[in-house]
Amino acid sequence: MAYVISDLSKYVIAVFMAFYTYESFAAFRGRNEEKKEGIYTRQIICMFIVHFVSFAAICLETSDLSYIIFYGFQQILLFATIALFRAIYKDASRLLINNMCMLLSIGFVMLTRLDFDRAQRQFKIVTVSLLLGIAIPYLIKKFRFLEKFTWAYGVVGVFALAIVLILGAVTNGSKISYSLGGYTFQPSEFVKILFVFFVAGMYARSRDFLQVVITTAVAAVHVIVLVLSKDLGSALIFFVVYVAMTFVATRNYFYLILGIIAGCGSGIVATKIFSHVRVRILAWQDPWSYIDGSGYQITQSLFAIGTGGWFGMGLYQGEPTAIPYVSEDFIFSAVAEELGVFFSICLILVCLSSFIAFIYASMRMKNEYYRLIAAGLAVTYIFQIFLTIGGGTRFIPLTGVTLPFISYGGSSVLSTLIMFCIVQGIYCIRAEEGGRDGRKETEE
Amino acid sequence: MAGKKRKNDREEALTENKAPKKKKKKNRNRELWIITYVFIACMLAVIGNEIYFVYAKSETAVNNSYNPRQELLASKNIRGQILSADGETLAQTVRGEDGNEERLYPYGSLFSHVVGYSTRGKTGVEYLGNMALLNSNAAFGEKIQNEITSQKNIGDNVITTLNVEVQRAAYEALGVYDGAIIVTEPSTGRIIAMVSKPDFDPNEIADIWDDLVADESSSVLLNRATQGLYPPGSTFKMITALAYYRQNGGDTSGYHYQCNGSFTNNGHRINCYHGSSHGSLDFQKSFEKSCNSSFANIGLSLQLEGLEDTCEDLLFNRKLNLPIVSSQGSYVLGTDAGDYDIMQTVIGQGKTQITPLQLNMITGAIANDGIAMKPYLIDRIENYNGSTVKKYEPEKYATLMTNEEAAFLTGLMEGVVENGTATRLRGLSYTAAGKTGSAEYSENKSDSHAWFTGFAPVENPQVCVTIIVEGAGSGGEYAVPIAKRVFDAYFSR
Repeated sequence: MAYVISDLSKYVIAVFMAFYTYESFAAFRGRNEEKKEGIYTRQIICMFIVHFVSFAAICLETSDLSYIIFYGFQQILLFATIALFRAIYKDASRLLINNMCMLLSIGFVMLTRLDFDRAQRQFKIVTVSLLLGIAIPYLIKKFRFLEKFTWAYGVVGVFALAIVLILGAVTNGSKISYSLGGYTFQPSEFVKILFVFFVAGMYARSRDFLQVVITTAVAAVHVIVLVLSKDLGSALIFFVVYVAMTFVATRNYFYLILGIIAGCGSGIVATKIFSHVRVRILAWQDPWSYIDGSGYQITQSLFAIGTGGWFGMGLYQGEPTAIPYVSEDFIFSAVAEELGVFFSICLILVCLSSFIAFIYASMRMKNEYYRLIAAGLAVTYIFQIFLTIGGGTRFIPLTGVTLPFISYGGSSVLSTLIMFCIVQGIYCIRAEEGGRDGRKETEE
Repeated sequence: MAGKKRKNDREEALTENKAPKKKKKKNRNRELWIITYVFIACMLAVIGNEIYFVYAKSETAVNNSYNPRQELLASKNIRGQILSADGETLAQTVRGEDGNEERLYPYGSLFSHVVGYSTRGKTGVEYLGNMALLNSNAAFGEKIQNEITSQKNIGDNVITTLNVEVQRAAYEALGVYDGAIIVTEPSTGRIIAMVSKPDFDPNEIADIWDDLVADESSSVLLNRATQGLYPPGSTFKMITALAYYRQNGGDTSGYHYQCNGSFTNNGHRINCYHGSSHGSLDFQKSFEKSCNSSFANIGLSLQLEGLEDTCEDLLFNRKLNLPIVSSQGSYVLGTDAGDYDIMQTVIGQGKTQITPLQLNMITGAIANDGIAMKPYLIDRIENYNGSTVKKYEPEKYATLMTNEEAAFLTGLMEGVVENGTATRLRGLSYTAAGKTGSAEYSENKSDSHAWFTGFAPVENPQVCVTIIVEGAGSGGEYAVPIAKRVFDAYFSR
């Protein structure tokens, strides 16, 4: 019977996910937030149905009471988040809150299915993160002197990355984390945010040639330390974010072209120098020839996506655990296998909707500092998604980064949550800014 | 109230801002727009790539023994049947009372390679249709019932393009010889029969497996029709003729050669088959009689780049892009080759190697106005009640030559039947065109593989047959009579 339910449920889930995705783009039409009330409400309903039906399938399959209790906690957490944000921050982007909760709930569903213990651990981390996160928009709004510490962000960032390089634990050949009091941290996830603040602060002050050179030098130190730690995915993210922010700040196409050339050049050099880069490129070009070794992960990921097909195998009906590191690096493939390729495309589109909401915050900011922060975080967010999903679907070589909000990993989920909350803060600042400007203009 | 007022103010401000400053505002964010579009494009490309993979690639990709989902499906569904185009069961799974499943092949060794086996790895249609056979599209209500009573669902059936009568005719005509026969429909690429010998009985695969694997000399498990690499012998003269035709702008009327049984150049000598001298020959006659001396002469006049290009057009030196497992034909004559190598190569002796499948595709293209169709074995997938789940349509593989070139080669091959080495196909109820070959494969010049490749009827080609009989002798004597039996079976079907 469980099989039948999960077979049926996958269609229900797909349909409501599609509704949700549609609304997450419909929300960009028009500026009157009050008129969009209906959109946000419908989104919350879709989210509830997707989450509920998924857990109905999970509970039927496992016939374990603890799953139902776990579901109840999740439901409370998600609704509390939506309600609290709404009550405290009237100017926050409700689309972004909904998207965040939708993505978190998909993450809970998939992690519960893959590994119940990990899902519970993830849930605790998310709960704590949300409690911290809810204060962030207020702090961003209140502490308008954040710009003063620009150099501190750069120095702390490099320092934190250097510590990992020296003391960090080796995971799959890369040094990316270190343990503190039983918790494993992945500092690069947080340094990403500091880095965006650093670059934004530098360019908010001045955009002359010297400033670009200095910023480039510090950015280069970040990237080099990451390359030395063999964390190439993060190195790539830092690089792309830096190039994009420089281009947006200086409005100089020369820097953009220079950045692209430098990127391609160092890519070629990296291929020549590092054998692990070559291995990944070979495994990407022809994974079937290396199916026993370096191509194993990517072929298993492709099997998952391909066998699942458009509407998936249904929860618990596939074999996503055959993919190594599925809950960290390949959760997208697990989603595609069991909930379907159609659902997974909706998932990408919801991420894209969040990215556009970030950019929207940036575009409407007059203050250059916050404008650059929002743009930088937007690029950080979407490029990481591009790397992980592109890697898992064999569009680009594998880089081993997480899928924000969905993958297992405390650092990943906390840092993404901080990013979303910072952008919410910028939405709030924008509302004030707009209000002030507006009054000024009417007086004139 | 206060909040609402502020909001209204803001909106007012926005509308006022908008009109005069619109242009400026747009400019301010231009770089941001560029970045946004770039990343949206990247993500859409990721989505596009995923859709493309699932739509076009995944079917072959997931059919891999490394995919653990196959066992998962096998534990839920009973493997479906493989049927011939005329509805005969070629493979089925029966469940004993003890619940053990057994795969049965009612025709035994008749379809050994083409249908294949599924218990020691998967080959043939068992491999090609594996995912379909493992899947079940039984009615939903029935699946619910099976779920409740914990029964397995019945897997989908694979309906092949194979015809039992034609297959049997080909199988019996090849007799005790080793070799291969492949019969296709040139206008669609449907494979009607495919025989490879030595064969085996797939019902006994578990018992005979160790012996078959240990026996390296006869390579029983190899499907010679698709994987066997042979010297093309005189069938290669079709390719030489095409290269000559292309080099001379479609005009071969100026060619003349006096054959006295051998051709000598720089001390290198090429003999005609059994040393027979063919006398005065034009181009058509040279082809009909399969005159080695005349073709060696033609070969020396060819620009080797042109011959190489023609070979590459005709699918040499590249992996065939087919789900069917096949070997790659090779043409290795460099452009600076010596005269003797050239003379050998143009009559199909040299180092050139070809599979019967590739030769069949070339012949099919000649019969089909130059267009090679993609050879395929699975016509459709049905659920066990007979409703179609998926239908496979004929697909073009590639254009190998122009319409005129195909007509030219058809003319040459028609002459082979009318006046040449395949006259045993003359004067029948259908007209045929073809080319024979006798490929020497050892130092002992008298040993040769007998080739025939051709199609019928000439006016409106419906069937294309390629035959290799290992170590039998001349194509005209050994392969052509087999072709006749296959054609007869096809037309009396």
